[in-house]
Amino acid sequence: MDFAFVVTSLLKIVGILVVILTMVSYAVYAERRVSAFIQDRLGPNRVGPAGLFQPIADMFKLLLKEDFTPRSANTFYYWLAPCLAVMPAIITIAVVPFGSTLFGVPMVIADVNVGILFVFAIASLGVYGIVIGGWASNSKYPFLGGIRSSAQMLSYELSLGLAVIPVFLLVGNLRLTSVVRYQIEHGWFIAPFVGDWTNPWKWLLAIPMIISFLVFMIAIFAETNRLPFDLPEAEQELAGGYNIEYSSMKFALYFLGEYAAMITGSAVIVTLFLGGWHFPGIPDGSHGWIFGLINIAVFFAKVAALIFIFMWVRWTLPRFRYDQLMRLGWLFFFEIALVNIFLVAAILPYTSRL
Amino acid sequence: MSPFLFWVFALMTLIFGAAVVVNRNPVASALSLVVSFLGLAALFMSLDAFFVGIIQVLVYAGAVMVLFLFIIMLLNLQAEERRRINWLAAAGGIGVAVILLVQICFVIGDFQAAQQTFPPLAGSTDDVWNIGALLFRNYNLPFQIVGVLVLVATVGVVLLSKREPR
Repeated sequence: MDFAFVVTSLLKIVGILVVILTMVSYAVYAERRVSAFIQDRLGPNRVGPAGLFQPIADMFKLLLKEDFTPRSANTFYYWLAPCLAVMPAIITIAVVPFGSTLFGVPMVIADVNVGILFVFAIASLGVYGIVIGGWASNSKYPFLGGIRSSAQMLSYELSLGLAVIPVFLLVGNLRLTSVVRYQIEHGWFIAPFVGDWTNPWKWLLAIPMIISFLVFMIAIFAETNRLPFDLPEAEQELAGGYNIEYSSMKFALYFLGEYAAMITGSAVIVTLFLGGWHFPGIPDGSHGWIFGLINIAVFFAKVAALIFIFMWVRWTLPRFRYDQLMRLGWLFFFEIALVNIFLVAAILPYTSRL
Repeated sequence: MSPFLFWVFALMTLIFGAAVVVNRNPVASALSLVVSFLGLAALFMSLDAFFVGIIQVLVYAGAVMVLFLFIIMLLNLQAEERRRINWLAAAGGIGVAVILLVQICFVIGDFQAAQQTFPPLAGSTDDVWNIGALLFRNYNLPFQIVGVLVLVATVGVVLLSKREPR
């Protein structure tokens, strides 16, 4: 392990952490502005130009509020749970390639050969934060929220896992950098315009890929507890769900965890289906550091666009009922994802022939 | 990986493994088991067995233990915390563990290969590919039989848990 590797890795870790945390705080701001726009209101626009300093003000407000621990709560786990909610969401980004190369250094923190499995493994640990928070509060609504959350996340992990199998049938490798490289050579999975795009089989293959993309995206909605699947925190039924008993910075950590999960979820979707940092016509970082920076910018622009879609959906669709959510997950998405795998496997032998 | 990290993760696995038994609170026991699994996964990864390590996290820490926790929380087992410790049973358990440890030490002492260090594997190996090739080429029939076995177990559970129509 040489010195340059350690230094560049540390720089990448610090850099991505700063970017993600900034994105989280501005995602909260953007959420409020987007919701206001959709509901024909103004939203926060007082602090700084167009309300751009609102996240800083929010942070100070949350830090200065009284930190209250209920007497009946199990104190150790009550304190542990918000940390467990944030960590997995941020760790996931370690295997996602967020750029090509910059000064010859690959822009991915850890390019492990089990990339997508790492994402799923860490995401499946995210449920502990919510479940333990609900249990340690020792109160009935948070507890119900926690139970709901664990059932929901376990159910949707199945469709999540099955939906990505078509992608890896094509790529033949679990590395996320290989997925991006494949898409540079053969075109994005849901829009194969690059390469031999006149090949009709490739367009036929794009149909199951779009199904995969939709199933994966909807499962990510359920995994991150976003509307229309935010049953663990359904205000009308559970008065706020697993985080009722939390106040000040611990509440903010739950908030941060939810948005960080949304950002890393979008980053994974971008990598798997939307070409990662690739944009047609822009060369990679080996042609000069300016292109390396542009690649990173393209990646985060795509992530931001997906986050906007997340918000758009949240303020457009009503919430599902709990039994509907479960039926949808087990009887619809699971089957669709399963049939989709066979569809791709049936088309795949013909694609190389033409 | 440096020996320092090996000791950190080995100690983590062992200490939290002991905590599973020592803790009186079932939820704390379950969470200790999760941490123990994470330490074990890190040990697998230190041997470059990324696939086995990550499956350890994905299946055991991520899915099985969440279900365990789910059941424990639903049942709300508080009787366990109030029960008094049976010292005789505890001594018996420790005795069995010590005997097992001594046996393992003897077996490893007699095993020649355990006393020499292996050279690192030449080149990089894609362990996901290797495991897949082994499962679907060399051991295809046993793999299919295990699949049928799991299917039978699933059908059996559904049959048992289904209520009789009245």
